[in-house]
Amino acid sequence: MKIEILGTGCAKCKSLEEATKQAVAKSGKFAQIEKVDDILKIMEYQVMSTPGLVIDGKVVSSGKVLSVDEIVALIG
Amino acid sequence: MWQESVNVFVYEWLKMPHGEKLSDALNFFIYDTVKILFLLATIIFAITLLRSYFSTEKVRAYLSKKHEYTGNVLAALFGIITPFCSCSAIPLFLGFLQARIPLGVTFSYLISAPLNNEIAIAMLLSMFGWKVALLYIGFGLMVAIMGGIIIGRMGLEKEILIEVKPICGEITANEQQIPFTIRLKDAKEYTQDILAKTWIYVLAGVGVGAFIHGYVPTEFIVRVAGVDNIFAVPIVTLLGVPMYSNAAGVMPLIEVLTSKGMLMGTALSFMMAITALSLPEAMILKRIMSLKLIGIFFGTVTLGIIGVGYLFNAIL
Repeated sequence: MKIEILGTGCAKCKSLEEATKQAVAKSGKFAQIEKVDDILKIMEYQVMSTPGLVIDGKVVSSGKVLSVDEIVALIG
Repeated sequence: MWQESVNVFVYEWLKMPHGEKLSDALNFFIYDTVKILFLLATIIFAITLLRSYFSTEKVRAYLSKKHEYTGNVLAALFGIITPFCSCSAIPLFLGFLQARIPLGVTFSYLISAPLNNEIAIAMLLSMFGWKVALLYIGFGLMVAIMGGIIIGRMGLEKEILIEVKPICGEITANEQQIPFTIRLKDAKEYTQDILAKTWIYVLAGVGVGAFIHGYVPTEFIVRVAGVDNIFAVPIVTLLGVPMYSNAAGVMPLIEVLTSKGMLMGTALSFMMAITALSLPEAMILKRIMSLKLIGIFFGTVTLGIIGVGYLFNAIL
């Protein structure tokens, strides 16, 4: 599984990255986490409010810092 | 009722003498901070909950089908109801252009969204009532619509430093179904987040306000920011442009200043300058647009805000 965090480096994006790491650890799944801060790449996902969360190429959330449990539910 | 409780606390429990400057200032401070924080929490919660039903993606899909002018008006209106944070300014800006929304319409949104942010509206409602809040929103829309149309007419598309590839075909927004309980929870968390960031500014603002309330003579305010000073509007506007995150702290100050003779138009210009334009936003936008375009953007909006201030002072 590949998880991408879309964000241009604001505080919220860092919180989401942190929560995602914790969620992956908690779920016990094997996932590759990647931070995407290139604005053109973010635009390709058609996300307009950062931070965005992308799981296996699909945008599952945008404009919001998800909680660890919410991300666990999305990974599961 | 709340004023009476504060009176009892200050004059009877603390046994501070009536009519003294210090006890009046303390009374005002307690009354104002608790009132503002309470209303701020309630209003921000309500606005955030309402806003969870509108997303920028939906707005973009809708605007992409509209022409200029109609687009400018609608974009400014959408700026009120959609959430906006300056760190999303770039993806939003490029996302609009990708959807082939005209540059001027995009700017109307970009002016309106921070201007009509939830903190500004909540502070205005709680301190000046709904009439002033509506006037602020109305004049803000005017600046956003006019500003967008003017910038759109100038043909500045080449000032965008990044090449935007238009999306092919129909632009749609995929609907996310969120249960109401989740929306409530999100709104609650967001409100707590905002309060945690702003309470200190509110306290500082009311503190300085209480000082002015008790110690600075009315004649002084009237001379500097009232009818006697014809340049008050441009001065406060230029003062307001660099301020942003401290909007919550400046508003209580403005409340005191208006009660002591600052004209309402001057006050509205000041508030708009604080919320509409900020230096952090300019820094962020510099990554995708030329300094010339940022200059024109800031210049147009500043002139618009000054115009609104004079207009309002002249009408009232």
